[in-house]
Amino acid sequence: MDILAGKVKMTQQSVNTAMNPTDMLDRQIRLTARDVTVHYGAKQALHGISIDIPDRAVTSFIGPSGCGKSTFLRCINRMNDTIEGAKVGGTIKLDGEDIYDADLDVVELRARIGMVFQKPNPFPKSIYDNVAYGPKIHGLARSKTDLDEIVVSSLRKAGLFEEVKDRLNEPGTGLSGGQQQRLCIARAIAVSPEVILMDEPCSALDPIATAIIEELIDELRENYTIVIVTHSMQQAARVSQRTAFFHLGNLIEEGVTEDIFTNPVNKQTQDYIMGRIG
Amino acid sequence: MTDTTLPTNAAGNATRALVRKSLARRHRDEMLFRWAGILSIAAALGFVAILFGMILAKGMPSFWQSTLHVEAYFDPELIEGGPRPERQAGASEADYQKAISDWQRAVTLSNWNAIVDKAVRTAAPDFEIETRDLLKLVTSAARFQIRDLYFANPDLLGQTVPVTMLGSANTDNWLKGTIDRNQPDERQQLAVSTRQLADQLVANGAIRFDFAWHIFTNVDSRSAPASAGLAGAFMGSLYMMLIVIVLAVPIGVASAVYLEEFAPKNRWTDLIEVNINNLAAVPSIVFGLLGAAVFINYLGLPRSAPLVGGLVLTLMTLPTIIIATRSSLRAVAPSLRQAALGLGASHNQTVFHHVLPQTFPGILTATIIGVAQALGETAPLLLIGMSAFIANIPANPLDSATALPVQIYLWQGNENRNFFEARTSAAIIVLLGLMLLLNAIAIFLRTRLERRA
Amino acid sequence: MNALVVAALLLVLLTLSYQIGWSRSRKLAQGGTETRLHSRPIYHGVLVALFATLPAIVVLGLWALFSDSVAHNFILSQLPASVSQLPPVEVHAAVGRVQAIANGFGVIGQPSPEETAAAGSFASFQRLSFLAVIAAAAALGAGGLFWARRRIGLRLRARTEVEIAIRIALIACSTVAILTTIGIVLSLLADAIRFFTFISPIDFFFGTTWNPRFQSAGTGSAGAYGLLPLLWGTVMISIIAMVVAVPIGLMSAIYLSQYAHERVRNVVKPIIEILAGIPTIVYGFFALVTVGPFFAAAGDAVGLDINATSALTAGVVMGIMIIPFISSLSDDIIAQVPRAMRDGSMGLGATKSETIRKVLLPAALPGVVGAVLLAVSRAIGETMIVVLAAGNSPVLRANPAEPTSTVTVSIVNQLTGDADFTSPQSLVAFALGLTLFVMTLLLNVMALYIVRKFREQYE
Repeated sequence: MDILAGKVKMTQQSVNTAMNPTDMLDRQIRLTARDVTVHYGAKQALHGISIDIPDRAVTSFIGPSGCGKSTFLRCINRMNDTIEGAKVGGTIKLDGEDIYDADLDVVELRARIGMVFQKPNPFPKSIYDNVAYGPKIHGLARSKTDLDEIVVSSLRKAGLFEEVKDRLNEPGTGLSGGQQQRLCIARAIAVSPEVILMDEPCSALDPIATAIIEELIDELRENYTIVIVTHSMQQAARVSQRTAFFHLGNLIEEGVTEDIFTNPVNKQTQDYIMGRIG
Repeated sequence: MTDTTLPTNAAGNATRALVRKSLARRHRDEMLFRWAGILSIAAALGFVAILFGMILAKGMPSFWQSTLHVEAYFDPELIEGGPRPERQAGASEADYQKAISDWQRAVTLSNWNAIVDKAVRTAAPDFEIETRDLLKLVTSAARFQIRDLYFANPDLLGQTVPVTMLGSANTDNWLKGTIDRNQPDERQQLAVSTRQLADQLVANGAIRFDFAWHIFTNVDSRSAPASAGLAGAFMGSLYMMLIVIVLAVPIGVASAVYLEEFAPKNRWTDLIEVNINNLAAVPSIVFGLLGAAVFINYLGLPRSAPLVGGLVLTLMTLPTIIIATRSSLRAVAPSLRQAALGLGASHNQTVFHHVLPQTFPGILTATIIGVAQALGETAPLLLIGMSAFIANIPANPLDSATALPVQIYLWQGNENRNFFEARTSAAIIVLLGLMLLLNAIAIFLRTRLERRA
Repeated sequence: MNALVVAALLLVLLTLSYQIGWSRSRKLAQGGTETRLHSRPIYHGVLVALFATLPAIVVLGLWALFSDSVAHNFILSQLPASVSQLPPVEVHAAVGRVQAIANGFGVIGQPSPEETAAAGSFASFQRLSFLAVIAAAAALGAGGLFWARRRIGLRLRARTEVEIAIRIALIACSTVAILTTIGIVLSLLADAIRFFTFISPIDFFFGTTWNPRFQSAGTGSAGAYGLLPLLWGTVMISIIAMVVAVPIGLMSAIYLSQYAHERVRNVVKPIIEILAGIPTIVYGFFALVTVGPFFAAAGDAVGLDINATSALTAGVVMGIMIIPFISSLSDDIIAQVPRAMRDGSMGLGATKSETIRKVLLPAALPGVVGAVLLAVSRAIGETMIVVLAAGNSPVLRANPAEPTSTVTVSIVNQLTGDADFTSPQSLVAFALGLTLFVMTLLLNVMALYIVRKFREQYE
């Protein structure tokens, strides 16, 4: 408990002082989920998840592997649609708009809700083309100069520009793991999303690369709503303002990060924090 | 709620507008792409349907052929040659055989056409027709067929027995309407009277459409196309398939086992590997050239022999069997090998007692694929002389023979297009049926083997 | 009859020697209390059986190979010397008569006294030589048996020796493939070089006229052997085939793997693969009887002059044949592109088709190119479709609606019929075969290299 308390203290220092975490829910709710269920064929993966996710803050989902946290994340931009046999129930609203509405265009939705994956997955194209891919397909750039501007600013926001500015035409797959992941973040930012979902973005990275990405997430929080799934409690404590704990397809507890880590209400959450559920 | 107007939202709104604008075009592209896929699949499936539809439509009627059911009188006045010679005491086997063949020659010289003519007339006694035109009604093999009855049983002399004779190819065309029945006389292959007689015989039941068993029991025939069958080609193919199975499977499996389980990884085995992959893609006709140059010209093996065909097809299917066996060996879990080796089994014991039995279903599939491929192959066989006209069932793999696909090739080129288009399709149905049977056996055995494993 | 006796004796020898080896080693194992046998009895049995039967089989095999010519020469030596002066056909007949008398079938009429005498001595020679060979085989078998039996001991590494024998057999089998390649290369090269002694390679490779029987042999010229018309026909038909097969094959693979429901896929995929199992002669017949007349009629309807047998007919039907080849190869290759690529693109809001066109296909491009090259090599080596449906008209023509000819068709034309392996008319088939072999080899090596590189990229 001492170690954890230390971690939390450290987190508190890094939390933006301009924002009082406890107030966040009062400010603006971007995403509202109610009774979300997911079935893969006959197997139920999620049992009625309800949660509110605030604007311009980092919300982290934690829990043992197979608890449904990634599944729920993939519901938010309807990536589960691409899995054969997956069925989603309940409602998820983005700014009050039901994202599972039949009239809603999933292409537009995914442009608004970007995603970064567990393993860095740059396309086998040049660094430039990787970042330009989104703007090109969505028709966001009117000219080559427009596109150049978007690419450069996205790379800058992802903190990668200085490292790659001389080799924009080299393949993105030639970068190091951490750089690849930041390239993927730049790629997501390039379509100006409102929400960025990150599915264990650091699990394939070394500690130094992880630290850089965590710093980046903290910066991005000023402009984006960020939801991050992580298997590391320390990471959740370091980067997020709110934390939700999932177990066996249920949302057990959710609240301000410090509260979850220092003063969990639920016994299961407590066990997990203490390392009794793995 | 004061923080809602952030700079990102302005940019976000602009972005959303742009994205929205592009949506219509993009969804249209998506639709087009999807339709391109559906159309491609429809085209591929359509080709399968048209191909099989065409073969079945053309070939199925060929299995029921116009057959005359009449009474034949073995007239002692017409049949020459006297009684069948008996074996004389003290004469050698050669002498006896000569006497028999002399008798047969004399019998053959009898006027069998007259016997056929009379037999047909019994079915339509009042019909006025010249013998020349009447004989066009039945296959020219009919006289030999009746003669063979007499060869087998000389006691028939003076008796009247019911016989069946095939209608000629032209009769079959006329009755089935293969050539438009409304075409003027000069476009028809049969005289008016022959056609009328055929129609009358159908009406009184003397001509019936019987199942054409002779397609399976007769050999090819040039003079009597109506009675041409596949028996010779079938035996030729059978010999070749046996040779392929006896040679290609053991050699192929042994090579695969060596390369996958024993061979050291070095230049030499790399070379063998590249070589096998390339050999698998060498055009089949090149194997035919190899057979012509090495087996026939250099080793002096007989042309047109199923032995040579079998050897050529063996070399051709070997890479297929090696590659398929290797991939099923590779699929055996390494833990099985380690477990066996860990228990003190030698490398050989591990491979032959534990790994190889696991791959039996795979080897079986590989064998069937290889044999099916060999069964349908035509081009290399043409180069080693298997396209010659053969009117005997080959008695051994060194006799001249054809094969099923080669028979199809020969029949499609026959001048009597109207009849042989159907007969070729029928042969194709038989060939495809055999392949289907092979695959069905493979699937059956595989499921049984896998259940036991 | 003799063959059956020999086979039965061999089988007896095999079982006997195996049994002896097995029981002797087993006795040893039970006798000694402290020391254990190196190999299990079964290996001793196999080893003894190998030593006993292999020499016998070699002797019998040699006999089988040479007995005919030995018999022939023996009979000839028994007949009057004048017989061997006769032409070969008559010598053969004379020898045949003696053999027929000797084995009791007899000849027509009275045999001459010389023949009867020769047959008598031949019959006894035959009996004797058969017995001698059997005796030799038996002696060698027994010798091998006893020698191997004496070797049996506690420290004899029977298993290792048996395994070495197995290894040698396996290696021998795996060299068959190499020998095949060597055989192909040597036979093609040898006969092609013989062809080039008649016709200069320049005339062959750069000639624009193909007319191998242009003039009869008497006038001294063998005709024209220009490869170019055939090569052009081959290329044109392959291009048409690819134009049909690549879009249909690739799009069906994409639709089935990316869009179709699993149930649809499980039904449609095997049906398309049926196309791959159909013999090419069937496609040829299909082209000749259905597709060609259809094109001709369609051409008539719109006022185009299309031949029923043409490059177009052959190319389109060959394309149909290649569809499953392209689609199953592209299916494999697209499946190798990691799912993460697809997710990455979909997660950015790309539509499915955008993901396929802009991410999956560029990523899979090298593999697809390799597959297409393999398909091209298949198309240029295909024979029966073009033999039946291309029209066999080896003239340089650019119009695909007219008849044409290919390298493979000409090989068939030149080598069916009476091949004598001495005239340029039949030897040219090997020069054509060599050309074809080199072309397909280059394509295959290139394709296999590209595909291998592609696979390594995602491993």
